[in-house]
Amino acid sequence: MGKADDVTVLLLMVILLGLSAWAFHSGRRQALVLSNGRARTLHSLPEYYGFYLALCCATPALGGFVVWAVFEQQIIEWFTIAAISPGVRLDDPAKLDLLLNDIRNLANGNIISRAVDPDLQAAADYYLGLRDLSFVALAAGMLALSGAGVVLGWVNLKPAFRARAWVEHFVHFVMIGCSVIAVLTTFGIVMSLLFESLRFFQMVSPIEFFFGLEWSPQTALRDDQVASSGRFGAVPLFAGTLLISLIAMCIAAPVGLMAAIYMAEYAPVRLRAVAKPMLEILAGIPTVVYGFFAALTVAPLFREWGAAGGFLISSESALAAGIVMGIMIIPFVSSLSDDVITAVPHSLRDGSFGLGATKSETIRKVVIPAALPGIVGGLLLAMSRAIGETMIVVMAAGLAANLTANPFQAVTTVTVQIVTLLIGDQEFDSAKTLAAFALGLLLFCTTLVLNVIALYVVNKYRERYD
Amino acid sequence: MTDRSTKSAKVAASLRRRHAAERRFRLYGMGAVAFALACLGLLFFTVVSKGYTAFQQTYVKLPIYFDAGDIDPKNSGDPKVWAKANYQGMAKKSLRGLFPDVKKRRDKRALYKLASSGAAYELRAIVRENPDLVGTTTDVWVTADDDVDMFIKGYIRGDVAENERRISNKEMAWIEALVADGRLEKRFNTTFFSAGDSREPELAGVWGAAAGSFFTLLVTLALAFPIGVAAAIYLEEFAPKNKLTQVIEININNLAAVPSIVFGLLGLAVFLNFIGMPRSAPLVGGVVLALMTLPTIIIAGRAAIKSVPPSIREAALGLGASRSQVVFHHVLPLAMPGVLTGTIIGMAQALGETAPLLMIGMVAFIVDIPGGFTDPATVLPVQIYLWADSPERAFVERTSAAIMVLLGFLIMMNLTAVWLRKKFERRW
Repeated sequence: MGKADDVTVLLLMVILLGLSAWAFHSGRRQALVLSNGRARTLHSLPEYYGFYLALCCATPALGGFVVWAVFEQQIIEWFTIAAISPGVRLDDPAKLDLLLNDIRNLANGNIISRAVDPDLQAAADYYLGLRDLSFVALAAGMLALSGAGVVLGWVNLKPAFRARAWVEHFVHFVMIGCSVIAVLTTFGIVMSLLFESLRFFQMVSPIEFFFGLEWSPQTALRDDQVASSGRFGAVPLFAGTLLISLIAMCIAAPVGLMAAIYMAEYAPVRLRAVAKPMLEILAGIPTVVYGFFAALTVAPLFREWGAAGGFLISSESALAAGIVMGIMIIPFVSSLSDDVITAVPHSLRDGSFGLGATKSETIRKVVIPAALPGIVGGLLLAMSRAIGETMIVVMAAGLAANLTANPFQAVTTVTVQIVTLLIGDQEFDSAKTLAAFALGLLLFCTTLVLNVIALYVVNKYRERYD
Repeated sequence: MTDRSTKSAKVAASLRRRHAAERRFRLYGMGAVAFALACLGLLFFTVVSKGYTAFQQTYVKLPIYFDAGDIDPKNSGDPKVWAKANYQGMAKKSLRGLFPDVKKRRDKRALYKLASSGAAYELRAIVRENPDLVGTTTDVWVTADDDVDMFIKGYIRGDVAENERRISNKEMAWIEALVADGRLEKRFNTTFFSAGDSREPELAGVWGAAAGSFFTLLVTLALAFPIGVAAAIYLEEFAPKNKLTQVIEININNLAAVPSIVFGLLGLAVFLNFIGMPRSAPLVGGVVLALMTLPTIIIAGRAAIKSVPPSIREAALGLGASRSQVVFHHVLPLAMPGVLTGTIIGMAQALGETAPLLMIGMVAFIVDIPGGFTDPATVLPVQIYLWADSPERAFVERTSAAIMVLLGFLIMMNLTAVWLRKKFERRW
C-alpha cells in the first residue's frame, strides 16, 4: 500500500462516519415520527433509536473492511500466481516467493532483482489492476453493507422496539471483546513463539540448544565453508544475561532499598516531595538513552580506569552495561519497596520504639522483616525487567558469546542475540532466524515465571495488612 | 553498687555504638538517594554537554557565479533543465576562486570537501526561488562539511599530530583563512529540525523520525485508548466474578511485565509474516505498541474508575438510570482525568520504546519524511540508536541533540499528566 491508499482509506472512513451520523439523525427522527411527537410512548429515549441505526450502518461495513484488510494481499497474490503465464510459473515455493516479491516491487515502482521481461511486466500490470479492482470492490462492498444494515435496522424501528437494551447489549459485547484482547495477545505471543520454535527444534536438537556451550549462529552460504552448520548452544547467552542482570541487581537492590527506606522513614516531607518525582524521572527515561549513556560515557570511562590501573577492561564490558542497567532499575525497586514499607502498620513500629529500639533498629529488625515478602516480590520483578531489557545491552554489551564470569570482559545476552539475528535480511526457513524465536520463547518463559512468583508473593503479602 | 555502675557504663557504651549505627544507617539512606539523583544529574549533564552544540551548524559563505550558460544553456526557461544543472560544479568553482593557488588534484579534492555535498541542493533551491540571480555573482551561505564543523566547534583539535586527525594542516590553513575573511560562521541549525536521516551528519535531521513517531503514536492512541478504556470499564463495572474474569485479570498483570522485545517478535510473526502488513510502517509499529501499552492503560483506568465513590452510582441508579447509563453518564466522566493521565503515561512509554520496533523493520535507513501510515518510517528512539552506532564524530552531538528532543517531548507529556492530575483531582 502506498500514500494514495492511505488517503483513500481515510476518505472511505470519513464517508462511513458521515453515513453513520446521518443514520443516527434519521433513526432519532423516525422514532419521534413513529411516536407521533409523544416521546413518552417510545420504549427508549429517541437517541437510542439513533444509536441503534448508526450501529446498524457502521458495524457491517467495518467488519467487511477488517476482512478485506486481512485477506486482500493473499487473494490478490493467489490470483496473480494463477494468472502468470506458464513460462514464468514455478513450483518451488521459495522461488515463487521471490517472483511475487519482484512483481510487487515492480508494481510499486521499486528496483527489482532481475531483468524486466514482458511476462513479468504483464504480471505486474495485472497485479496493479487487481489491486485497483479490489479497492473499488472494497468501497462498493462497504457501501452496500452499510446500506443493507440501515435497511434491516429500519424495518425493526417501531415504538415498542427495545432500542436501549439493544444498544447496551451491543456495547456490552464490544467491551467483552476489548477485555479479551489482552488474552488474545498472550495467546498470540505464545502461539507464534511456540510455532517458530518448533520449526527451529526440527533443525537443531533441543539438547544442543539448552546445553550447548558454543553459540555461533552464522550459517554458511556454501556447504563446503567452515562451520557451515552454525552452533546453537544457548548456555553462554544465558550466562551473559545472568551476569549483567546480577551486576544490575547489585547496584539496584541496595541503592533502591536504602533510598526507599530513607524516603519512607527519614526524609523530611519537603525533600520527599522533590526527590520522589526526581527518582520517577529516572524510570521514565527511554532505555535507548541509557544505552547511549552506557556505550559513550560509562564504558570508555571504565576502560580508561582499567588502563590506568594496569588491567584490561573491554570497551563492551559486562560491568558498564550492568551498572547502567542497575541505575535504570533503581526507581523500580525503590517505588515498589516504598509502597510495601509504608504499608507496614504503625503499631509495629510503636511497639518497637516502646521497647527502646532506635529508629534504624526498628527498621532493620521489625519493618524490613514485616515487609520482606513485598520487597522480595519487587526484587523479582526488577530482575525480570533486567533480564528482558534490550536496548542498553544492544548498545553497550558485546556480540561475541563468551562463557565467562569476569565482569570486565564482553559478554552477550539473549536479547542482544534476538536483535542481531532479526535485524537485516530474514529468511523464515533458516535456523538462524528461527533461533531468535526459540530465544524469545525462553525469555518469555523465564520472565513469566519470575513475574508469576513475584505477583503471587506481593498479593499474598498485601492481603495480610489490608 | 559497682555492679550497677558497670552496667550503666556498659549501657552508655552500647548506646554510643547504637547511635553511631543509627547515624550510619541514616547516612546510607541519604547516600542512596544522593547516588540515584547524581546518576540522573550525570545523565542529563552528559546528554546536554555533548549535544547542545548540534543546535548550531557551521556555514560557509561562497561567492557563487550562477552561470546562465551552465544553468540554462539553451535559454529554455524550463525549471526541469534548471534543476539538472551542475550546482556542485559552481560550488567547486567558487572554492577554487577563493584559493587560486591550490593546484594539485589531491589538494583540490580536499578543498572541495570544505563544503557539504548537500551544498548543491541548497544552491538549486536558491535558484528556484530567485531566478533573477542567474547570471550574477552572489555571496551564498551553504552548509559546511561535518569535519569543518567539528573543527570549528573544537572537537577536532589542531594540536594533535596531523595523521591522527581528520583535518590536515592544509585544510586547517584554509579554514583559518575563511574564518579570518568572515566567510565561516556558526548559525542556528535549521537542517537538524527539518531534514530526514542522511549519511552525511551535516545534512541529517530528526524531522523524519519525529513524523514517524507521530504517525506511530497516532495509531497506538487510536487503538489503545478506546480498547483500554472499554476493557477497564468492563472489568471494573460489569464483569461477573468468575474464572474467565480472573484469567483476564492475571493475564493483564502478566502482560504488563512481558519484555517489550517479545511484543516485537509477536509483531514480526503475526502482523508481518501471517497477515502480510508492510514492513517498516508506522501502522504495524503502532499496533505493536498499542498491544504493549494496553495493560498500562487498563490498570490505570481501573484504578481511576474504582476511585469514583459508590454513592454516585447509587444515586444515579436510584433515579432510574440503567447500569450502562450510570457508567457512561456519571462514572466515566468523573474517572476521565485519571484515565487520561494513565493514557498519557502509557503514550510516553510507547514514545520511548525501541526494541519491538527493531523487530518489525523500523530500523531501516530512511531519508524521505513519511507522509502516511504505510510509508516506510523510523521513530525518534530508533533514530537515536542508529546515530549512536554511526562512526562519524559529528553524529555523537546529533545523537545527544536527538535525545534532548525526545526527552523534551517526554517531559511535556508527563507535565501534562501531572497538570491533569492536579487540576481535576477530586477528594471525595
